Amino acid sequence: MSERESAYDPDRGRIGMWLFICTEILIFGGLFLLYSVYRYKHSADFHAAALNLSRLDGTLNTMVLITSSLTAALGVHELRSGRPGRSRLYIACTLLLACVFLVVKAFEWGAKFEHGLYPGASHLLSLPPGQILYFGLYFTMTGLHAIHVIVGMGVFGFCLRSISKGSTSASRPVLIENATLFWHLVDIIWIFLFPLFYLIS
Amino acid sequence: MGDTVHEASGPYFAPAGGRPGLLGWITTTNHKRIGILYLSLIGTFFTAAVVLGVLMRIQMQSPGMRLMDARTYNVMFTLHGIIQIFLVVIPGIPTIFGNFALPMLIGSNDMAFPRLNLFSWYLFLAGALLAAVAVFTNGGAPDTGWTFYVPFSLKTTVNVPLATFAVFVLGMSSILTGINIVTTVHQLRAPGMTFFRMPLSVWGLYSTAWVQILATPIIGITMLLIVVERLFGIGVFDPTKGGDPLLYQHLFWIYSHPAVYIMILPAMGIISDIFPVFSRKNIFGYKMIAFSSLAIASVGSLVWGHHMYVSGQSDTADIVFSLLTFLVAVPSAIKVFNWIATMYKGSIRLDPPFLFALTFVVLFSVGGLTGLLLGALSSDVQLHDTYFVVGHFHYIIFGGFGFGLFAALHYWFPKMTGRMYSKRAAILGWLVTFVGFNAFYFPFLIMGWEGMPRRYYAYLPKFASLQGFSSVGSYVMVAGLAVIFVNLLVSARRGEKAPANPWGGATLEWTLPSPPPLESWEKAPTVVKGPYDFSGIEEGR
Repeated sequence: MSERESAYDPDRGRIGMWLFICTEILIFGGLFLLYSVYRYKHSADFHAAALNLSRLDGTLNTMVLITSSLTAALGVHELRSGRPGRSRLYIACTLLLACVFLVVKAFEWGAKFEHGLYPGASHLLSLPPGQILYFGLYFTMTGLHAIHVIVGMGVFGFCLRSISKGSTSASRPVLIENATLFWHLVDIIWIFLFPLFYLIS
Repeated sequence: MGDTVHEASGPYFAPAGGRPGLLGWITTTNHKRIGILYLSLIGTFFTAAVVLGVLMRIQMQSPGMRLMDARTYNVMFTLHGIIQIFLVVIPGIPTIFGNFALPMLIGSNDMAFPRLNLFSWYLFLAGALLAAVAVFTNGGAPDTGWTFYVPFSLKTTVNVPLATFAVFVLGMSSILTGINIVTTVHQLRAPGMTFFRMPLSVWGLYSTAWVQILATPIIGITMLLIVVERLFGIGVFDPTKGGDPLLYQHLFWIYSHPAVYIMILPAMGIISDIFPVFSRKNIFGYKMIAFSSLAIASVGSLVWGHHMYVSGQSDTADIVFSLLTFLVAVPSAIKVFNWIATMYKGSIRLDPPFLFALTFVVLFSVGGLTGLLLGALSSDVQLHDTYFVVGHFHYIIFGGFGFGLFAALHYWFPKMTGRMYSKRAAILGWLVTFVGFNAFYFPFLIMGWEGMPRRYYAYLPKFASLQGFSSVGSYVMVAGLAVIFVNLLVSARRGEKAPANPWGGATLEWTLPSPPPLESWEKAPTVVKGPYDFSGIEEGR
């Protein structure tokens, strides 16, 4: 490794992350495209199907996720200000809130399964096509979102280790910056999913 | 820096201080070695896909031929398509030369993310292995065509989910390569290497990388939806549950048409590097070529509907997509005219790389002009899903990408291996391949015009002579490919030693020894002139 290669270039990682975020938005963009076409075709069915979702759970999870974004951003701020201990504490809060989000999500999904509202269930198949599509999209989009939550938790776990080892620090903050960027992305996708599935009834 | 001097002394492929043998290769993060890793995999896949293609041509040799039944034929063209598209043509130039050559071309010692680079090679390998497993397990190889059109891909009993998941993984690999290339071009150019001093091959790779980043996610989610649909039956593409198969086609082509530009743009870039070197003249219209790459990348992302004229989309959509399709021909034509103008009053040497580059222009023009017939609404109704489409596609992709790749291989071979190949054998291979190619695919255009549908394993007797002729052409073409590959493989070991700059090129990689060391430069070179300024550079031998 020559000196030039090993020189720390924070912009490189930042550019890479923003490009990656573009690809993530486009991945969900394909799903949002499907959603808008099917909702346009079957708007009455979509509204009827949305009545089955718990607005309380949805609102709770929205608040949990937005708060977790705040704690993640505070974690970055603390690290940049040279307080790695407090930074780790905030990241731990984010991880905890992410767990809360997943638990609420699990209860929600469980309730849908109890009511026979999952893909392939005979009850769901007896409903009009618009409702079948609504729940097909609901499980796909919230499922893919939940996978992103889990991946984000893994990345934050990695950040915690990296901060305690000192390889992520006030002078080398790109890893945690990028992790938080990713987390905001997960957050903002949810902010679109929430009204589109919970608030259209 | 002491270590660097030591490492810099040997060629990049010799185990210098690092791990020796295969382990040293598969754990490398060096861009040159990763380029060679890709080359070895892609060369293998290409050979496999050519074998499948020839088997299909044997089946089509005569109307009564029964080498395989209809289902096997379906599997053959599906596998041929999947391998060539997803494992050879899309990754081809960006992974091989985007890795091996691009950092040297802009005066950098490596890509922006070397470890991510190796990781994307492993993703590529994993995707290939998954596809291979899909062929032999759980109902057998997919028979849907490489497009995986619903509803058939939902109904067929064969192993579609694993194959589409493999495409998803390959897509991730492609995205990471794209991110790496864009970041490298923005951050790692040597001092003095302004955007408009970059070789045009870098412009081609850079434009392509944007398409890789912005289009590939769409096929990623589309393929995932096929998997989810097959496993859980969510209904989004299933007409019995209210899903719309046409939406699948939209999502599929939103990626897969731009993918055609992923295939052709980097080849166009490399051709633009080769023309000036073998004409000893500055490129004609540098900026026009550079911007036309970006124009192709952006307009080419908006033409996908021309695959669906007869699928039932609205007339308005048809007309808009047709207009945009004609527009995208403009930047392509700009390039062709500029290449030809570059040769005007040049001092032309017909070395093998240039012969391949010239045939690229000829074959690409045939492919492009036949594309206009398909882009026009009225003629497409007659030509849709016929051999004409297959012929057009192969003129663009094999004639374009294929000959572009061979041009690049013959151009950078001395740099990659440190040895020269036999020019006479290369020219013989080129000639036989070129003749065989046209004998193979030109009859496709005529047969399609007369109504021969694609993807049929048998045909009416009236096509017998053209089909037979085409099959013979394919055998000739394969013989030519064999000459090319044997020549390159033998020369890689036994060829005479190559000088640093065998062609008299003015780009940075020719200032390095052949083969270059693992670390190209101890200190970044300072660039003071454009990539096609041949003053003071000795003419090649």
